[in-house]
Amino acid sequence: MSAIVFAGSAQFISTQLIGHGIPALVILMTAVVVNLRHLLYSASVAPYMKPLKPGWKWSLAYLLTDEAYAVTITHYQATQDTSLEQDADHRHWFFLGAGLTLWVSWQLSTAFGIFLGTQVPGSWALDFTLALTFIALLVPALKDRSSWAAALAAGLVAVLAYSLPLRIGLIFAAIVGIIVGLWVERRS
Amino acid sequence: MKLWLTMLAIGLATYAIRLSFIVLLGQREIPDLLRRSLRFVPPAVLSAIIIPELIFPGGALEFTATSARLIAGLLAGLVAWRTKNVLLTILVGMGVLYLVQALIN
Repeated sequence: MSAIVFAGSAQFISTQLIGHGIPALVILMTAVVVNLRHLLYSASVAPYMKPLKPGWKWSLAYLLTDEAYAVTITHYQATQDTSLEQDADHRHWFFLGAGLTLWVSWQLSTAFGIFLGTQVPGSWALDFTLALTFIALLVPALKDRSSWAAALAAGLVAVLAYSLPLRIGLIFAAIVGIIVGLWVERRS
Repeated sequence: MKLWLTMLAIGLATYAIRLSFIVLLGQREIPDLLRRSLRFVPPAVLSAIIIPELIFPGGALEFTATSARLIAGLLAGLVAWRTKNVLLTILVGMGVLYLVQALIN
């Protein structure tokens, strides 16, 4: 499943549902809802990938996970001013490198997890490193008042909508954040 | 067999979602509103993932001054802001988390 789907939260949720004997169609729909946020990611990286050949687009799309998106878009935005000439733009290699590294670690970790899963104590709190990575990526993205407003609004809505099922609060929070960001940008 | 088909369907759906805009945009210009919205996707999505993670660590409300993850997350944010170093942010965050947890217990 790690190789076919390659999407953490959808895998976790569908594994849970399979364990509960939920009908296949419901599992599929749940996974699609959980992965709808990738629509936003796809739209977000698309302008940068426009000059690429179809082969690159079709391969990189497979690697577009939360984590690959987070590091790639940060890199694209950080190098926005220096890479304007398309001939000199090799940033899709950065995307490929990030995506492949994540893919290999994901497959290896899955294999390790199958054997060691029950032996790592929960008190190590290793899941927290993921949140810390996202913090390290979020902070540089807060460049002006409107991006601060987008982040604060999204964070608030995500907390308020936390009890909603299927991680649907995340999509909702992101949309509210984007609207608030646009609104603050227009006012200033 | 049915299990494999379900997984394959989830995989294809996920791939189609990821591919959508990347392929479509090759043929059309991006609408202005969409282009301006995209700048806010990273701060909005990242914040929407992180903040509930800090406030509801085990899925339950834990919003007190001693909430270890909240303290560790805020200090890690400070480190990220001053250094822009991902590895250092993770190390400081995990260090503070262990320290606060040790102090509480």
